[in-house]
Amino acid sequence: MMPLIAVLALAAGTYAFRLAGPALRHRLRLPGRLRHLLSVAATVLLVALVATSALTEGHGFAGWARPAGVLVAGILTLRKVPFPLIVVLAAATTAVLRLLGLP
Amino acid sequence: MHSLWRTLDRGTLRDIALVCLADAMVGAAFGAIAVSGGLPAWVPVVMSLLVFAGGAQFAAIGVVLSGGAPVAAVAAGLVLNARLLPFGFAVGDVLGDRWRTRLTGAHLMTDEAVAFVLRDGDPRRRHAAFWACGLGLFVSWNAAVVLGALAGRGIADTAALGLDAAFPAVLLALVLPSLTVRNLRNAALRRASVAGAAVAVTATPFLPAGLPVLLALTGLVLAARTPAAAGPGVS
Repeated sequence: MMPLIAVLALAAGTYAFRLAGPALRHRLRLPGRLRHLLSVAATVLLVALVATSALTEGHGFAGWARPAGVLVAGILTLRKVPFPLIVVLAAATTAVLRLLGLP
Repeated sequence: MHSLWRTLDRGTLRDIALVCLADAMVGAAFGAIAVSGGLPAWVPVVMSLLVFAGGAQFAAIGVVLSGGAPVAAVAAGLVLNARLLPFGFAVGDVLGDRWRTRLTGAHLMTDEAVAFVLRDGDPRRRHAAFWACGLGLFVSWNAAVVLGALAGRGIADTAALGLDAAFPAVLLALVLPSLTVRNLRNAALRRASVAGAAVAVTATPFLPAGLPVLLALTGLVLAARTPAAAGPGVS
């Protein structure tokens, strides 16, 4: 069961995380070097999110089909294929591999 | 809104539209999975409106549907969303100085919107990309969750359609171009990203959901150092 109070707690905490940066950025007066490091941190987090959501499910391996689809997306991105095709072909790769019996 | 469309080139607008479409499919899956797991339809719908963070929503629902306590579901979602804190400091400038826009804009901050902002250096286009992606995603994500919750069991088999590959594919397509420009700064960024991703994946079997991604920040050590030392850079 998921009571409303739990949904509200998750929403409030999430909003606090989101608002802290835009609200406190000026008051903290971050030095240029730290600001650069924060933008690097954002990219590092996004790449880690790609890696974990491509390779893992729960605490285990996600199977081969999903990372294969994401790999196709990476190759197509480097070849400057239009964005719509990238996403469709990534999902299609994963779907076809599963159809062929790959987990 | 009018100036928003003018500031962004057609390519960016098309990319944003496709991200909205891809995420809508994921949102429909979220609504369907929650309802077919036995939760009342208002749970995924209200959660999507108020939390508006796909990963955390899946994590929270996953905990509850596998028999976990609501407290554990909230904790899992919050740990997963902790990355929004550094995101806010990195791209907070796009929300400007007015409190009204800050308070609204903060709620629209997602991985995708952050990735679009990081793609561009020009302040006006960063601002426009954030709002276009934020508003577009908010509408499409929530509409899709409602449809998914209504459809219920019918579309629960998202794995067969390969939709679970869509989210990492979208993010990769957004992040990769900025990583592949060859210069010294990027070499450090690449090393930090690869190291961080390796740490996150390695830690996943052992830590609660969300923490591994935060551990990726240890990769920053490689970005802070001078780029002279050889590293496992991706070229």
